Amino acid sequence: MAAARGLDALYQEIVLDHAKRRVGFTSLADHPEQPAASERSATSHQRNPVCGDEITLRAVVADGPEGPVLRDVAWEGAGCSISQSSASMLSELVRGVPLEQTDRLVAGFREAMRSRGALALDEEEYGDAAALSGVSKFTARVKCAMLAWVALEDAVRRA
Amino acid sequence: MSAPTTPAPAGAAYDAAAVRAEFPLLSGGAQLPDGAPLVYLDSAATSQRPRAVLDAERSFLETTNSAVHRGAHSLAAEATELFEGARETVAAFVGAGPEQLVWTSGATAGLNLVAYSLGNAAAGRAVPGHEDAVRQWAPGPGDEIVVTEAEHHANLVPWQELAARTGARLRAVPVHDDGVLDLDAAAAIIGERTRVVAFSHVSNVLGVVNPVERLVAMTREATGGRALTVLDACQSAPHLALDLPALGVDVAVFSGHKVLGPNGIGCLYGRTEVLEALPPFLLGGSMVTTVTLEATEFLPPPQRFEAGTQPVSQAVALAAAVDFLRGVEERFGAGAVAEHERRLEQRLRHGLREVPGVRLLGDTDASERVALQAFDVEGVHAHDVGQLLDARGVAVRVGHHCAQPLHRRFGVTASVRASAALYTTEDDVDVFLDALSGVRAYFGVGR
Repeated sequence: MAAARGLDALYQEIVLDHAKRRVGFTSLADHPEQPAASERSATSHQRNPVCGDEITLRAVVADGPEGPVLRDVAWEGAGCSISQSSASMLSELVRGVPLEQTDRLVAGFREAMRSRGALALDEEEYGDAAALSGVSKFTARVKCAMLAWVALEDAVRRA
Repeated sequence: MSAPTTPAPAGAAYDAAAVRAEFPLLSGGAQLPDGAPLVYLDSAATSQRPRAVLDAERSFLETTNSAVHRGAHSLAAEATELFEGARETVAAFVGAGPEQLVWTSGATAGLNLVAYSLGNAAAGRAVPGHEDAVRQWAPGPGDEIVVTEAEHHANLVPWQELAARTGARLRAVPVHDDGVLDLDAAAAIIGERTRVVAFSHVSNVLGVVNPVERLVAMTREATGGRALTVLDACQSAPHLALDLPALGVDVAVFSGHKVLGPNGIGCLYGRTEVLEALPPFLLGGSMVTTVTLEATEFLPPPQRFEAGTQPVSQAVALAAAVDFLRGVEERFGAGAVAEHERRLEQRLRHGLREVPGVRLLGDTDASERVALQAFDVEGVHAHDVGQLLDARGVAVRVGHHCAQPLHRRFGVTASVRASAALYTTEDDVDVFLDALSGVRAYFGVGR
């Protein structure tokens, strides 16, 4: 089918691929809520009120020699290809990253998503998630892309 | 694909394209990026407005705008006359008299008005002389408020809250898998403790026309006429010829923007005895006779329920929408619009049945339906379906359509909904079906 009007900028192959692979997707019931003694974790539940999509994301934070590090991200939920793909790309991106850096990544992602196509995410910094830059032109879908990132921000804050 | 052939009614054949030409947005107004014509299948969310409606509102504002029901100047008198004339026109549209029609800001406001009025009655407030009437509807501890599983949140949440405030219990009548209301369950649920039975004429997801008269009779029998029946007519008013007094409901609501009219206006119909007995909800100016520092006497209905400044230009424009609908009927003959919409309903539903991976929510030949169909595409989320349709210039609704419990009952969080109106053409439906048939392949599902 002819994908008119820049639809391929939204549904890039790498986006659809992540929506299927779902890095970090797990059953949280089987995921230890109480991590090792040197670690702490928190879980955030976020909902898109427009469509009822939801995500539950758990962040596990460990203290490293140079400050706290996001050791693991795990999530479950149901949603559209954009929200699922975004959660997958986020999980791949932030595992093992220092917390101060995750804050910056979330802030930069939010800024790009709200830019209506004006800002593109840097591939070096954002990895596969840079492919979500195209979402910002589709304002109705920005919330879908943001869902996991908001959940991470909330979980890290409370971990 | 061919439409089912139905004998044409007497008079001119219905011409949806000619009707559509009266709607500026649908005839070139909405510019799509690549010049494709807009296929608007979201009329159940909001309908488009014909030029006559836009002109009526503008003309009122340019020539007559002023405060109604106050002031001695002649402009105010003229505005009041148009405002009350609009009430007569819109009331007649649903078979009612003007004293039975209250302006609200929309259906949601109308339902909240009734729920809060009953809450006030439960707290002991009553209109002098009508204490007994209102007491029988006011819920208390141990009483029951009945809704259906298929209600829009606007006809669910106000009753949940009323139940929580009064200690009553909220109960829901389930629907069958084909979208038809479970009347056996309704008969078992509606009983002596029932104070309110609130249900939609047509579900905004299922499209099935509920048997209003049977539910009213059932309620009357089970409660000895002591329960208040509340009808959400939002999705029936645009499609069915309504005679609310004949349906026998106590109150009913609908929204202007779904019947070719403006936003910000809706109607609450009530049987005369019911409106007379209900205590007011919103309080303030324009709904009182005598006010002292200690107490207030209220105006009779409908003014008792119209506190504050009213949506006057919207009322005038809503009357123009009703006149427009009547004009179309006159032009093509009685029943021509209904016949056209029936054909669209069949084409839409039967066409969707043929698309692989599509599951319909509310698919029945056993009940009357309106041209509105929600569905799930296996393996593709509703948002993604909507996005691909949008790329083909097809506007549909995706999400839970403000009916989360109903979606949960069908095992999905969201669905896609296509809905038609009198300006929808058979081509619109065909373009939609064609675009939909490519969706699963695009996402690599079902190959």
